[in-house]
Amino acid sequence: MEPAIETHALTKRYGRQVAVNNLTLEVKPGEIFGFLGPNGAGKTTTLLMLLGLSEPTSGTARVCGHDPTREPLLVKRLVGYLPENVGFYEDMTAVQNLTYVARLNGIRDGGLRHRMEELLDQVGLLAEARKRVGAYSRGMRQRLGIAEVLLKDPKVAFLDEPTLGLDPDGTQKMLDFITDLSRRKQITVFFSSHLLDQVQRVSDRVGIMLKGNLVAAGPIQELAKQKLGVDQERYTLEEIYMRYFREDATATA
Amino acid sequence: MSVHGMWAVYRKELEDHFSSTRSILLLTVILMVGLVTAYMVGSGLRKEMEGMAKPSLVFLLLFTSTGALFSLAQFIAFFGPLIGMVLGFDAINRERSHRTLSKLLSQPIYRDAVINGKFLAGLTTIAIMLLAIVLLISGIGLLVLGVVPGWEEIGRMAVYLVVSIIYVGFWLALSILCSVLFRGMATSALAAIALWIFFAFFMALGARLAADIVAPLPTGASVNAEAVLRNDRVRSVVSMVSPITLYSEATGIVLDPLRKTTRSLVLMGPMEQLSISRFQSPLPLIQSALIVAPHLVSLVAITVVCFGICYACFMRQEVRST
Repeated sequence: MEPAIETHALTKRYGRQVAVNNLTLEVKPGEIFGFLGPNGAGKTTTLLMLLGLSEPTSGTARVCGHDPTREPLLVKRLVGYLPENVGFYEDMTAVQNLTYVARLNGIRDGGLRHRMEELLDQVGLLAEARKRVGAYSRGMRQRLGIAEVLLKDPKVAFLDEPTLGLDPDGTQKMLDFITDLSRRKQITVFFSSHLLDQVQRVSDRVGIMLKGNLVAAGPIQELAKQKLGVDQERYTLEEIYMRYFREDATATA
Repeated sequence: MSVHGMWAVYRKELEDHFSSTRSILLLTVILMVGLVTAYMVGSGLRKEMEGMAKPSLVFLLLFTSTGALFSLAQFIAFFGPLIGMVLGFDAINRERSHRTLSKLLSQPIYRDAVINGKFLAGLTTIAIMLLAIVLLISGIGLLVLGVVPGWEEIGRMAVYLVVSIIYVGFWLALSILCSVLFRGMATSALAAIALWIFFAFFMALGARLAADIVAPLPTGASVNAEAVLRNDRVRSVVSMVSPITLYSEATGIVLDPLRKTTRSLVLMGPMEQLSISRFQSPLPLIQSALIVAPHLVSLVAITVVCFGICYACFMRQEVRST
């Protein structure tokens, strides 16, 4: 089966600085891929390149079989994006914001209202649908962001730090959404985070980015075997990750 | 698929322009001043015309004769740029600071749909505002003066309206350019205002300076007509760089059918002065338009160029919102 996301030697340089170095990875359709790394590792830059919002310096990427740099519109139609600090038009209501995004996607006004109410209900925002987004809490904004992603009926969802700043209940709901996207809706989820226990809870496979380099990729079990030795029954992703992190720190020291 | 993105942006921006507090305030202020001035000018004209048989082309005098402080044409010439700037100064940098620009650009629309949609929405708003002002003033004129405009006058007003829309459109393009180049909304507003002040007040000085450098008046006894004319010509050509000058001269001629030249009476030779004083009949619209054709073409050109620069700058910018 053709991978949903694949990159070959994807590189992004800003002048002398290398943000993403020779990234090669693959994500299968319908799986949840957790993209880990500290702040500044190149996670967001990678996301931007996969979305077609940033042009790679070299290398190629393919999302659902299309090149985001050459065919950006095709990719953007199939992909939903929840950025790290999702922005809305503060003076407009949730419904108005969603309507604008729907129109930008060419979705006809016909059954739109019903569809939006359904989505808002799914994310638990139906009661506040007519309030100005300026009055929303962070959790509500994240939920509206998810509704926006679902509105497009995407094949792939890119989520950048989706649980950042959420309370435990909100976090659990978000993780449930992510699992739901993959299991029930067969959407490929590519999400980046530095909150390791949460990534462990939901991901099928993970990739670890350090200073622009992908140092490991694969199912957590495999990584545990590689890094912590065979027969490790109880392991946390944190332990695996910290191994990589320390190795990298000593290598560059 | 092709342009639905631009129309979606256009529609939303247009809704924003007409529902935002800022635009409503602006429109209210302009309409208030416009109405008051129109009423005063109208009453003034009526008093003057009492007893006379109704002369033709009096309708346009509504726009050009001075009320208490200024004529309506001067008022629109002064505040037009303000309308353009208010509509455009935060067009792009507001989206950037609210993080909605990356959301817009991650939808399946062409990147230029954003800038085109915003510009067209601004232009439409300007057109509606100016049309409203002109119609209101005409309405007051009809009420107060009791004179119905003829086709010639309506034609001139239509040309005046189109030229004004293009002129304010230039300022809109300029302020959108500032919003593309500067991150802060206050900075871009100040930059646009600074440019306006420069063109409004300092261009005259600059033009005179340039004329004195290129074609200086000979000091001393012999001040021949040639030198004076050359100096003046250089000055007027340099001042053409300012869109304000282009606009004022163009509308001055379009709105006043009796004006046949943009030059002042003093600088014409005796033969010219004679011919001007003898042939007092008003010009048909086509002839007036021909006199200022270079002005009109230049106005269109600078607006298009300004928007072109704005477009190019926007398309090249990095999206990253963090």
